[in-house]
Amino acid sequence: MKFDRYGKGIAKGMVLTLKHFFRRPITTQYPEQRLNVSRRIRGNQLILDTNACNACSACSRACPVNCLTIVTSRDENKKLKLDKFEQDIGICIGCGLCVEACPIKSLFMSCDYEKSAYSRKSFILTREDLAPSEKEVPSGYFSPENEAKLPKQTLLIDR
Amino acid sequence: MLSIFNLHTGSQAAVLPPDWPGNFWFHMLVFIAILFVFVILGVMAFIYIERRILGRFQIRIGPNRTGPFGIIQPVADTIKILIKEDIIPHNADGLLHLLAPAIAFIPALLIFAVIPLQDGAALADLNIGILYIVAISSVGTVGILMAGWASNNKYGLLGAMRVIAEVVSYEIPLALSIIGVVLLTGNLSMSSIVASQNIPFILLQPLGFIIYFVAALAEINRTPFDLLDAESEIVAGFNIEYSGIKFALFYLTEYSEALAISAIISTIYLGGWRGPLLPPVLWLLIKMIAVFIVIIWIRSTLPRIRIDHVMAFAWKCLLPLALINLLITGLQVITLSDISQWVIVAINFVVAAVLILLWSRFYRLTGNKLSGDKIEV
Repeated sequence: MKFDRYGKGIAKGMVLTLKHFFRRPITTQYPEQRLNVSRRIRGNQLILDTNACNACSACSRACPVNCLTIVTSRDENKKLKLDKFEQDIGICIGCGLCVEACPIKSLFMSCDYEKSAYSRKSFILTREDLAPSEKEVPSGYFSPENEAKLPKQTLLIDR
Repeated sequence: MLSIFNLHTGSQAAVLPPDWPGNFWFHMLVFIAILFVFVILGVMAFIYIERRILGRFQIRIGPNRTGPFGIIQPVADTIKILIKEDIIPHNADGLLHLLAPAIAFIPALLIFAVIPLQDGAALADLNIGILYIVAISSVGTVGILMAGWASNNKYGLLGAMRVIAEVVSYEIPLALSIIGVVLLTGNLSMSSIVASQNIPFILLQPLGFIIYFVAALAEINRTPFDLLDAESEIVAGFNIEYSGIKFALFYLTEYSEALAISAIISTIYLGGWRGPLLPPVLWLLIKMIAVFIVIIWIRSTLPRIRIDHVMAFAWKCLLPLALINLLITGLQVITLSDISQWVIVAINFVVAAVLILLWSRFYRLTGNKLSGDKIEV
């Protein structure tokens, strides 16, 4: 005689949900609480190191959707200089090819992922917007040096 | 009508304050007001409790933004649902569509007439209290059938038919398990059931309690027996064509039935308002909330059962067990009336365990034909 249909499964399930009851909730209450994103995140915008940039326009050529507008000119030493560098993040697909194309590693993806706005015009970011700042931190995408500086990603499975 | 409500027993006069106006109509109006407010506030509290506790069972937080800890959330939901547009579908039976929510809700409200909030404090302490509850609680099903029929919607009718089948089946083990309590008490009145519980009847009637609990879950259509609004199969069941204030009434019905079942279980199995230290009303509330939390716990754990399994469970498992429980209780009342109740408690727990184990051997689902699972014998 085998007894296995007396509600053992129900009891097991009830114990499992009871254990869940005393666990810490997984929910992150977003605007107040944030998780650390992946250290190699390809965020919503680029970050340009203007001092290092040699205005070669490789990033613009690599862009599959032409969201980068670059105007360059030659100065008195016949050296290329950057007159205009604009990124339209409304068009950008975040593929990261521009970052990979940069020969001197002066272009990075940002860690920022909160770029919603009310008008399409405000999506066009100029050189000043693309400068690194407190909010715009270069991500570790294609850049192990930056990756080492960033905090580790929060994994929900650890909580 | 008057003669029904005049059946006050003596216990009421003993506890009510001496300056309490003796007028029957005054008593009735005050208690109707108290019970109505109790039900409405209780339903709101239960919705809040359910959403928060269910959230915790699912490792979520639950609503916590509206007011401190989200306690205004049910109020906000109520306001939102009351100002929504009330739609009557094309080709629907307008009058039935309008009447159905009221007919479903009123019986759920009427149950509270006989629940003693404390000693003697009930709207009508009927001497047939528990019979009245069993009778009145199945009337609400008519409202659900009306809703499903009047909606002119196949899912609505399907949901309604499922409810009828379910309620008709589960009514029998429900009533039979209550008879066990009535045998122990020797009285149908709710206040004398509470008065005779020196040991809560959950200990004297463990099997009866389990049967009653399961059957009550089916009666109020909670998970795992929520076939009437199985979202994955029949969208929302009987209330698919309802919106606005009528839908709110159905929602109110669902939760006031849960409130009523919690109150009935607390009263007939957990000792009702009896308890040390705290005031009686508070004890009743604590027990009701505890029962409701168990209901939520079950909801968070068990998946929905298929309709033929639900039926098989009622007729092949609960009904025979309830009959055996009734037989055993009757024998105990006749033969073992003079030995200590704690011995009977021990005997009954052993009997319950043995019966459940035995029935796990006997109980088969639809002869293994519909279920398709091969069971090793």
